Amino acid sequence: MSDMRTPLAKVRGLGSAKDGTTHFWRQRVTAVANVFLISFFVILVIALQGADYASFTEALQNPFISILLLLVILVGCLHMKLGMQVIIEDYIHSEGLKLLLLMGNIFFASIIALSSVVAVLKISFGG
Amino acid sequence: MANADLKANRPLSPHLQIYKPIVTMVMSILHRITGAALYFGTILMAFWLVSAAAGPDSYQFAMDVFGSFLGRLILFGFTWALVHHMIGGLRHFIWDMGHGFDLPTANWMARATIVGSVSLTVILWIIGYIVA
Repeated sequence: MSDMRTPLAKVRGLGSAKDGTTHFWRQRVTAVANVFLISFFVILVIALQGADYASFTEALQNPFISILLLLVILVGCLHMKLGMQVIIEDYIHSEGLKLLLLMGNIFFASIIALSSVVAVLKISFGG
Repeated sequence: MANADLKANRPLSPHLQIYKPIVTMVMSILHRITGAALYFGTILMAFWLVSAAAGPDSYQFAMDVFGSFLGRLILFGFTWALVHHMIGGLRHFIWDMGHGFDLPTANWMARATIVGSVSLTVILWIIGYIVA
């Protein structure tokens, strides 16, 4: 008996989705972070508007800017993945299509996040 | 219940088209719509960054796309969706803390959300054109 918790204690509070308030909590944590990150992002985009290639890459080679931009991408994509999941669960009632869209949601968020991260890293490493 | 009519002819509870739109309801719907729009709007962010990573020519192409009239129009909408979703989110934080549920406050916050998002978007674009 490595686990001393009773079966009741393990499921209590987890609800029908079996993960309790995890989804809600992640949504809120990423939302709080996004208030600051997206504010940074908007300022960055305004500052970089119409910038030529040299000044754009120079800006992204500043580690403070690239690290914050990476956080914008990762936290933003996680937040939007959680949000779209709720929209799908709310409106799609056919089980098969719902499953397909929930998977597609994860694929979309992953592709956006990874391609943006690779792009920022390539530029910031001077490539 | 064996012969209950499960598919049709069952009474339906009133839905969206029955209710008169009220400001809190419209802001709730807009919060979800702007969220979904921002979801697909991240394609623009990825396009911007990947184009820049691909080299000067594709970066210039992305700049031309965003700088065109249609590009600016879409980015203006993107800005509003972003600002609106953020102010709506701040309203949710207030509710999460257990405040703002009474009708006058909820109505006031809903109106502040739309007034705030439109004004802030316009201000951001004025700043954008000034620093350009």
